Amino acid sequence: MLEKALVGSKKYWLWVLFLLFIVFIGFLCYLYQFKVGLGITGMSRDVSWGFYIANFTFLVGVAASAVMVVLPYYWHDYKEFGKITILGEFLAVAAVTMCILFVFVDLGQPMRVLNVLRFLSPRSIMFYDVIVLSGYLILNLICGWTVLHAEYKGTKYPSWLKPIIYLAIVWAPSIHIVTAFLYQGLPGRHYWLTAIMAPKFLASAFSSGPALIVIIALLLKKVANFDPGKKAIDTLSKIITYAFILFVLFFLFEIFTAFYSGIHTHQASFKYLFFGMEGHAEWVPFMWTAAILAAIAIILLAIPPLRKNETTLALGCIAVFFSCWLEKGAGLIVGGYTPTPFETITPYRPTLPEIGITLGVWAFGFLIMTILYKIALEVKASKELVVKYEGVLYKK
Amino acid sequence: MAIKRRSFLKLTGLALLGTAAGAAVENLLTRGEIKAQEYTYPPEALIGKRWAMVIDVKKCRKARNTCGAKCIEVCHSIHNVPSIPDKKKEIKWIWEDSFEHAFPEQADEHLKEIFKDVPFLLLCNQCDNPPCVRVCPTRATFKSKDGIVMMDFHRCIGCRFCMAACPFGARSFNWFDPRPYISKVNPEYPTRMKGVVEKCMFCYERLAQGKIPACVEACPEKALIFGDLEDPNSEVNKILKERVAIRRKAELGTRPSVFYLID
Repeated sequence: MLEKALVGSKKYWLWVLFLLFIVFIGFLCYLYQFKVGLGITGMSRDVSWGFYIANFTFLVGVAASAVMVVLPYYWHDYKEFGKITILGEFLAVAAVTMCILFVFVDLGQPMRVLNVLRFLSPRSIMFYDVIVLSGYLILNLICGWTVLHAEYKGTKYPSWLKPIIYLAIVWAPSIHIVTAFLYQGLPGRHYWLTAIMAPKFLASAFSSGPALIVIIALLLKKVANFDPGKKAIDTLSKIITYAFILFVLFFLFEIFTAFYSGIHTHQASFKYLFFGMEGHAEWVPFMWTAAILAAIAIILLAIPPLRKNETTLALGCIAVFFSCWLEKGAGLIVGGYTPTPFETITPYRPTLPEIGITLGVWAFGFLIMTILYKIALEVKASKELVVKYEGVLYKK
Repeated sequence: MAIKRRSFLKLTGLALLGTAAGAAVENLLTRGEIKAQEYTYPPEALIGKRWAMVIDVKKCRKARNTCGAKCIEVCHSIHNVPSIPDKKKEIKWIWEDSFEHAFPEQADEHLKEIFKDVPFLLLCNQCDNPPCVRVCPTRATFKSKDGIVMMDFHRCIGCRFCMAACPFGARSFNWFDPRPYISKVNPEYPTRMKGVVEKCMFCYERLAQGKIPACVEACPEKALIFGDLEDPNSEVNKILKERVAIRRKAELGTRPSVFYLID
C-alpha cells in the first residue's frame, strides 16, 4: 500500500516539501543544540522543563484521543465512524511519534537514551510511560494498518486482530493517566500535586484530539474529496463538546479549591499565570487567550445550530485545540515551576532555536500523518466511485 | 542449480539469527565472571548509617562577615563546580539564601524580622525518603548505604525529572559544557560534561578517606556539624536533643537530613 504515498497531485507534493523544509530547519536547530547543549533553550535551573515537555504532554493527549473514534466503532459497532476510525488510529501513530521525539530532544545526554532500557527502574513513572507509549504506538500501527490492508484486499480484517483492537482501546487512556502521574506525584510542586490532574488530562485530550480530527476531516473534504459523513462529524462534535465542558469544569474546580481554602501556595501558580507576580507577567496574555478561546469554543459548540454548521464547527474546534494547547503548552509546565521552591519567580521564555526544534518535531509528525492519511484515503477512494460535479460529491 | 531469492533470504536470515543467538549465549556465559563487586569501604573510611548535618545559623551569621563563605568556596573549588555568570544556568552545590526563601512556608513577619540578615546555607538535604531517587528512570541517582543521595554522572541521561521532583531546588543541570567555567581544575575529582545533573553528595569521596565534608571542615566558627543520625552518641544527635532545630519543608515527608538550629 505504501506506493500510494509516492504518487500524488502537485498540491500533495508541495505540502510534503513544505513539511520537509520545516523538518530540515528543526534538524539544523537540533544539531546546534546537540553541539552546544540544552543551554540554547530558555530553560533554567529553576524552570528545568519547558516547551518540549509541554508539547510532549499535549500530544500524549492527542494520541490517546484516538480511542474516542475507535471505541464507538469497534465496541459499540457505531458504523458511522467507519471512515474516520482510520484517521484516529493514524493520528495516534503520528502523535506518539512526536511524543517520543519531544522527549528525545529534551534529553541532556541523548546518546545515553538506551540507559532507560539497560537500567529498568520500576519505581520511576517514566518507566511506565515508556512502556505504555511504545505499546500504544505499536498497537495503533498494527490495528490501523491491518484493517486498511484488509480493505485494500477487499476482505474483512482477520479475526486475530479483534483482541488487539480491544487491547488498544483499553490501553489508550493509560497513556495519558501515566503521563499525568509523572506530574501529580511530585511533592512540592503545588500546581501539579492534585488528584484531578489525570481526569483533567483525559478531558482536555478527549476534546482537543477529536477537535483536530474534525478540523482535518473538514479540510480533507475540501482538498481530497474525502467525505467523513455528516453523522460522524455530528457525533464527534458532541463528544468534543462534552469533553471540553468537563475539562473547563475540572480547571475551575482547581481554582475553587485553591482560592476557597485560602492556601497561598496553591494559589501562587494561578496568580502568576493569570495576573503576573513580582513584576513578571510573561504568560498572562497567553493564559487569557486560552480562557477567551475556551469561552468562544463553548458558545460555538454548545449551541446546536452553530455546532451543526460546518464553518462555526470548524472555528469551535480550532478554539478548543488552541485553548487546550495553551493550557498545557504554556500553563502546565510554567505553572508547575513558578513560583520556584524558594517562592521566587524565574521567568521562562522559549528561544528561537527551541521553537525551531519544536516546529520541526510537529512538522515531522504532520509528515507521518500526511503519508498515512494519503494511503488510507487512496485505499478508501479506490473502493468507491466518487464524482465531484459542480462542487457536489456524488457517490456510487 | 541457481539459488532462489527466497531460499537465499531464508539462509541469510538464519545465519544472522544464529550469530545473534551465539553472541547472546556467549554474553550470558561470560557474564558471571565480570560481575561488578559490591563496594567495600577502605579501612580508614568514616562509616555511618545516615549522615546528617546540623547548621547553627546564629554562629554562621557571627562568622559571616569575616569568613568569606569559605564553606561555599572550598566545596565549589574541590568539586570543580563551574562559576557560570548567568543566574538562570548556574550550578551550585551549597549556597546561601534568606530565611524567607529557605523556609517560605514559615516566613511570617516576625520570623522574617528575627532572621533578617541571617544567612541560611542551602544544600542537598540528603533526604531519607528522596523523591528524586524515586523518579529517576535510570537509577543514576540513588541512595547509598550511609544515607547519601548519590549521582552517577556517567549514567544520567539528563531528563531532569529529579529536578522537577526535588522540593528544595538542590539540583543543578549542566546546560553547557561546564569546563570553560572552572578557573582551576582539581584533578582529584571529576569534572562533568554538558547535559547531566549534579548536586552535593556530602563529600562521599572525603568520607572514604576518613575526612569530614569540606564545608564542615572549612568553617572557622564550627557552625556546621556533621555526624551519623542513627548513632545515638553522635554530636549531631546530642545537639538535636538539646536545641531547637527545623528542617526545610518537613511536611512533605521527604525526611531531610540537614537541620537548622534556630534558637
